[in-house]
Amino acid sequence: MKHLVLSLLLLAALLAPGVRAATSPDEMLADPALEQRARALSKQLRCLVCQNQSIDDSNADLADDLRRLVRERLVAGDSDRQIIDFLTERYGDFVLLKPPVEPATWGLWFGPGALLLLGAGGIALHLRRRRRAEPVPLSAAEQARLEALLGASEAPDRS
Amino acid sequence: MRRLLYLIPVLVFAGVGIGLALGLTRDPSILPSALIGKAVPEFDLPPVEGLDRPGLSSADLKGQVVLVNVFASWCIPCRAEHPLLMRLAESGVPIYGINYKDKPGQIGAWLGELGDPFRRIGADQSGRIAIDWGVYGVPETFVIDAKGRIRQKFVGPLMPQDIDQTLLPMLAKLNG
Amino acid sequence: MIAEIGHYALVLALGLALVQGSAPFWGAARHDAALMELARTTALGQFLCLTLAFGALIQAFASSDFSVRLVADNSYSGNPLIYKIAAAWGNHEGSLVLWVWILALYGAGVALFGRNLPAPFRARVLGVQALIGVGFIAFMLFTSNPFVRLDPAPPDGQGFNPILQDPALAAHPPMLYTGYVGLSMAYAFAIAALIEGRVDASWARWVRPWTLAAWCALSFGIALGSYWAYYELGWGGWWFWDPVENASFMPWLAATALLHSAIVVEKRASLKSWTILLAILAFSLSLLGTFLVRSGVLTSVHAFAIDPARGVFILALLAVAIGGSLLLYAWRAPRLQGGGLFAPISREGGLLLNNLLLATACATVFLGTLYPLLLEALGGPKISVGPPYFDATFAPLMVPLLAAVPVGAMLAWKRADLAGVLGRLKAAFALTALVALVGLVLTRGSGVLAAGGMALAAWVVAGSLIELAGRVQLFRLPLAQCWQRAQRLPRSAYSMTLAHIGLGVVIAGITASSAWRGEAILVMQPGDTASLAGYSFKLEGIADRQGPNYVARRATFIVTRDGRPVATLTPERRFYPVERQSTSEAGIDTGFWRDLYVVLGDPAEGAKAEAGAHAVRIYDNPLVMWIWGGVAIMGIAGLWSLTDRRHRVGAPAAARARMAAAAARA
Repeated sequence: MKHLVLSLLLLAALLAPGVRAATSPDEMLADPALEQRARALSKQLRCLVCQNQSIDDSNADLADDLRRLVRERLVAGDSDRQIIDFLTERYGDFVLLKPPVEPATWGLWFGPGALLLLGAGGIALHLRRRRRAEPVPLSAAEQARLEALLGASEAPDRS
Repeated sequence: MRRLLYLIPVLVFAGVGIGLALGLTRDPSILPSALIGKAVPEFDLPPVEGLDRPGLSSADLKGQVVLVNVFASWCIPCRAEHPLLMRLAESGVPIYGINYKDKPGQIGAWLGELGDPFRRIGADQSGRIAIDWGVYGVPETFVIDAKGRIRQKFVGPLMPQDIDQTLLPMLAKLNG
Repeated sequence: MIAEIGHYALVLALGLALVQGSAPFWGAARHDAALMELARTTALGQFLCLTLAFGALIQAFASSDFSVRLVADNSYSGNPLIYKIAAAWGNHEGSLVLWVWILALYGAGVALFGRNLPAPFRARVLGVQALIGVGFIAFMLFTSNPFVRLDPAPPDGQGFNPILQDPALAAHPPMLYTGYVGLSMAYAFAIAALIEGRVDASWARWVRPWTLAAWCALSFGIALGSYWAYYELGWGGWWFWDPVENASFMPWLAATALLHSAIVVEKRASLKSWTILLAILAFSLSLLGTFLVRSGVLTSVHAFAIDPARGVFILALLAVAIGGSLLLYAWRAPRLQGGGLFAPISREGGLLLNNLLLATACATVFLGTLYPLLLEALGGPKISVGPPYFDATFAPLMVPLLAAVPVGAMLAWKRADLAGVLGRLKAAFALTALVALVGLVLTRGSGVLAAGGMALAAWVVAGSLIELAGRVQLFRLPLAQCWQRAQRLPRSAYSMTLAHIGLGVVIAGITASSAWRGEAILVMQPGDTASLAGYSFKLEGIADRQGPNYVARRATFIVTRDGRPVATLTPERRFYPVERQSTSEAGIDTGFWRDLYVVLGDPAEGAKAEAGAHAVRIYDNPLVMWIWGGVAIMGIAGLWSLTDRRHRVGAPAAARARMAAAAARA
């Protein structure tokens, strides 16, 4: 009796909506090249109902639907670009884990490089400025003091 | 001049801080619709089995301003918003439904219990048509104008303030 | 009763923190010894109060006192004891208590062991610490009180998220917070230095051990979280560039840069203002992380409950702590005098390059994490930034950094002979080229990036060993003399070598497990055998069993290679009835060279279901344990460096006493 209850509970849990395993064998395409493209594309698409997962990794129902959709369109002959466009038409750029390069995202894509160049440039300027700074020449009084000190001490030559 | 360079960190922080403050006023999980202003996708959904309501197709969405509500009997927030839909329907707003991934038997009982505001209901058992609408969860509600264009989308259950502040004014404007 | 004691203790701690955050500053400005000493006594008092508060909270959880709302919401009677205690910090309010307790612990540490610090400086450091404490304790008392009661008390709790019922994840927050909060010490030291208007070599010497301790803890904490994700979440991934993961990675990058630039301040009194800025930024990034996790402004697996009201409070805290410190920096930093000059090719130059690349990397992660939010706030489109972005921008920055590691460690101060150094690294060059070649050959020319990654790892490890060998003049002097030299080398020299070797190990692990991972996804029923990477996986059977607080379906796999048994793996799908949640436990055979990873999927549908067929995912992860092993090596190296005699600055006093006694006896 307990065994029956256990199994029923488990079965209910496992078959409940939303508790699916990511990329299951029954989704996979027969053609390995197409399947590889499907996996690669799925890794680039965000699961919209998850917290930061791709549809390839996710257990969610919607992720499941979108994975199947991607495969259907691959079998129908769409290119990668066409499939991505299909989804961004419906869900916007948010569905892409790799943001498109457009004026709104120039800061994002070119920022790191720009910062690196700025930083390197700043350092170079700073170093050059420091080395070019001439030491302030001594005044007459300071010069006299210096000579007095050097003359007075009988310190051995330590060169 | 060089002293001004030392101000850069605090200025950058100020900018980020303002951005974060603005971010606090938003809900990060809501995805704005990519279809606003575009024509409704082409589709033709069969009626729900056993229900005395015609199905829904894109052709039905031209000619008047309507609401399209994506719902399911297994969706708990859908229950929460249902009385609001009933009230809108009673006040004369045409509401069509897309039944998302549901079992035919369940819907009849659900609508019987909560009331039926829908003039037409299309059964989208695979969820594929919903994807064409950019749906990513239930419930979602769309405002369609007379030319069959999507003008607004509400994600999640309709709230009274959504209706008063956004929906009703929009319907009034679209209806002339 | 216990909860009320805890609550009162918090209030008392706030009072003490207010005193500690005001009087010592006044005392330091007026050289009033009594007021400055107040800093130490209040710091110790605060620690005692917060220990009482934290203890009360843990007691409430351990005894399952469901009249305390926090316990009712986050635990239940069937929870194993260790997880009852872990539940204390597995939620927003409780983790804040942990946070301020660790803050008070560090404060007490300075009070007790900071005797070598000049009194005004120590007073200011403790004062800054106290002000941070005021902010967080006030936050707790006004918006997130952990000791709120429920009346009537429910008969049992809501349960503890089964995903969190795990030893690694129980240890993850304390370790992580020790790191985050430890960076507040560097911050406090920086503020105190700015107030005093000077930074000298001794400042750098004092800052290093605290920063190092924080850095080690942060490294271990991040590694624990990553390793947990790997074995728990079911697809073998270990880093997702999730906003909250990034929130822990950014302070780590800043702290690493800080550790390196502080060396320049200590040895050459240069890069002072930059190092001060880094110390402020490192802790600021910790605070930013606190904001991101608790405010609901970003979606994340890790985020606590969404509450914008709390977000406003933390943002205000950030404005004061970060804005205030950066304003102070803008005002006082120009006063800091520059130190020794150095040529671009020199140890200083190398460390500067290190800082440039680490800072840019940190800024890149910052950009990727916050850009979507900031863009949307400005009215732009909603975009998402995921792993593909970071792979494209972060990884390229690491390449020159890794290439520079062995070279930089061998450059002389002030002006170095690059050609000479590169000449001494000939052997490392040769090994690197060999590894690259082997990698290309084995992958038939397709794995250029992978071969490059392994080559870089080899370069770092070999170069670090050559550097150490150079210090003891290995192969140039008789072994006995080398051994003598080795014994006299300071611990920090060994820990540097070890830390860099650890880094190389991490890179090798990341490269191999990403590039050469094997995967098999198929339907299997009892009796079937699958093969992957030369191993055979035979599904012996699938059975249901009862756990302490869950029900599980377990599959048993016998793994063999060439007929010889390798392991028995038992992946499970578990269902926790109280929390109504399921988890997947992978069956993993951990090895030095590879992990074998099996996950039990859904039962098959249709005719096959009768035979007990299930979806199964099998993975082969080469060198994956090197990732966390390498981080562990780095952390241990850091801890080893902490035991260096030069850090135990109390020791010279003891040595002086001994010498004086010896002189008196002579």
